[in-house]
This record gives sequence, structure tokens and C-alpha cells, in this order.
Amino acid sequence: MDKIPILRMGRFLLVTIQVDMHDRLALQLQDDLTQRIVRDRAHGVLIDISSLEVVDSFMGRMISNIAATARVLDAETVVVGMQPAVAITLVELGLSLEGVRTALNVDKGMALLREQVAAAGRT
Amino acid sequence: MPPLSPPLERALSNEQELLADWLKVQVSASTMRADLISEHDLREQSREFITHLRNAMRSGIAFAPTSEVWAPVCEFLRQLSRERAHHGFSPTETATFVLSLKQPLFDQLRVQLSGDSGALMDSLWTANTNLDRLALFTMEVFVKSREEVITRQQQELLELSTPVVELWQGILALPLIGTLDSARTQVVMETLLQAIVRTGASIAIIDITGVPTVDTLVAQHLLKTVAAARLMGADCIISGIRPQIAQTIVHLGVNLADVTTKATLADAFTVALRRAGAQGPGATPL
Repeated sequence: MDKIPILRMGRFLLVTIQVDMHDRLALQLQDDLTQRIVRDRAHGVLIDISSLEVVDSFMGRMISNIAATARVLDAETVVVGMQPAVAITLVELGLSLEGVRTALNVDKGMALLREQVAAAGRT
Repeated sequence: MPPLSPPLERALSNEQELLADWLKVQVSASTMRADLISEHDLREQSREFITHLRNAMRSGIAFAPTSEVWAPVCEFLRQLSRERAHHGFSPTETATFVLSLKQPLFDQLRVQLSGDSGALMDSLWTANTNLDRLALFTMEVFVKSREEVITRQQQELLELSTPVVELWQGILALPLIGTLDSARTQVVMETLLQAIVRTGASIAIIDITGVPTVDTLVAQHLLKTVAAARLMGADCIISGIRPQIAQTIVHLGVNLADVTTKATLADAFTVALRRAGAQGPGATPL
């Protein structure tokens, strides 16, 4: 079974979704990511979904869940690179991902994460 | 239905006379549009219609738009009706084309069947029902083509009315003009999101100075746009809220608490500049 790789960049974890997400893959990712946050003592998670072209309500909820789980473990989540069509779909589905930070691209997402971590007084 | 009665057949076959009478009626009628159609074209159209009509009526089948026998008549009328709708004929003027055939046709029948009132009634009835149905069919096509024109214009308006302006590096403005309905919101949203991707903007100002009224639906559409932009990582500021609209929004109980709102575009721009500047040089858009 294919897995979505989780990369470590300093205190942050980087997840790039390059394949078509299906439900089992999303659940697997949630599991893996939670464990990695604890193991690596990560302060932030950056999820790049720029290759994701299709979402459904389940996927929207998964993103929310991952962000919520990460917050419980004291790590900030930033979702970056959402496609316009995906954004419209999520809004039409009534999922505006409250509480999830977003940025246009990985660069800006990283800047946002650093800012947040610095604001929280952790370096 | 029995095959075509001999008097009707004769009347329709007597093309020269019928055509001459019919043209006379059409040209002298108040619905004649000499400015839109020449007499020559009208003659050609009339002749063609009589030919098609005669062929179809010989079968003895009453008019139905789906009938194969009537297909050439339908096709002819469809084209005529569409043409007239585009050229600016009124509905009455278009329907009169078919209906005006009644008088010359009935005249012919009366001459032929002056002694036999029963047969005259039968022939008149057959001719009358068919012509009425044909006129109705013509109208239907006419209305449909007009609707097509309206739909196309709406589409063109949609494309015209949603410009996205880049005010500053990383700051977009979206001046909205006119009422926001679901279809337009969709276009506005798509244009804005694409512009965000293209320019890498982090702030979008939605200016609603040109939106005449804001009801719950419009407000909801605005909030959807804001939410979608947020998902893409851009903040939205809504500006150009007129006093009455501010009152309406409060009366309707619409919650704009999560969105930055400003009275004028200038105010919104100031805020946007400050925010963009506050991000520091490390965060300049790519």
C-alpha cells in the first residue's frame, strides 16, 4: 500500500500530497502524522495540497481533523497551495476549515509557521 | 383523419392565384414590415411555405411537431421564426405570417364549395386547425429564440462584469457592480481565486460600492467568497459599504464579525498596505 511521505525540516513536518487521496490513505496519513509529531516533537505541520484536484466532504473533514489533532499536540498546522476549484468545492460543501491556517504556497506557509512559533515564544 | 378533400387540394395546388392573394393580404396588412423584409423575399418564403404545406396536408395527418410528414414544414417555420426573431419582428408580426394565409385559402374554398355548406365547413375546419397549430408552433420557436438571445446576453454580461485589479504588489481589488446572484458569485469567486494564484496576492479587497442592495443571500455569497479566498491563504477586506447597506446588514442579523469591513476603498487600501508592509521583506510575494 502506498504511503504519503512525511519530511522533517528542523522543527517542522512537511507533508506533500502528490497522489489522488482516497479515504484509507487519508486515515493512514492522520495516524502517521500524529505519531511523527509526538516522536519528533514538532512545532508545526505544513501540508501542501497543490497537487490535490478533487476533494469531497470526507477529505475536508480529514484536513480539519489533522489540524485539530496537531493543535492538541501543540503543533501549528498550515495548509498551503489549495487549488481554486478545491477551495470553491469546500466552501460549497460548507467546510470552510475554521481554525486551519492557510497560505498560498510553501514559502509563505513556512514564513507563517515561523512567525507563529516565534510569537508563541518557542525557538 | 381522411385524406385531403379535393377542394382543399385544388385550393392549395392553385398556387399562382393563392400566392397572389396571400401576398396582397400580407403586404396590405398593418403588420407588414417593409423596413425589415423585401417583397421579393416575402414572395419566396410564401411560395416555399405553400409547397411544404401542400405536401404535408396530402398525407391527411393532422399537424404534430414530431410527425415525420410535417418535418419539412416545421424546419421551414423554425428557420423563418428564428430569422424574424433576430431581425426584430414582433411576436404578432411573426404569427401573422401563418395566420394571414387563412383569408385567401378560405376565399378559394368558398368559391369552390359555394353550394355545399357541409363540405365547406369540413374543409374550413381542417385548414383552420392545421393553420392554428402551425401558428402556435411558430410562436413557440419565436419565444425560444428570443430566450436564447437573452441567455447569451446574460453570459456576456457575466464576463464583462468581474474585473480583478492589482492595486499593489500582493494586493488585489475586486470592484463589484450590480446585483450578486448565485451564478455571478460563482464567476466572481473563480476569477478572484485564479487571480490570487496568478499574482500571489495575500490580500483581496472586495468593493461593493456598485452593489445596489445587500440581502441575506448576497451577504451569504460574499461570505462564501471570503471563505474561499481564505482557504487559498488570502485575507479579504470588504469595502464600499453604504450607510443604508450597513443598516440592512445589521437588521438582517448577518454576521460579518470575522471579516474586516471598511467604509471606503481608500480605507481598505490603507489597511491592506499596512498589513502587507507589516509582513516584512522576507514575505514579499514570489
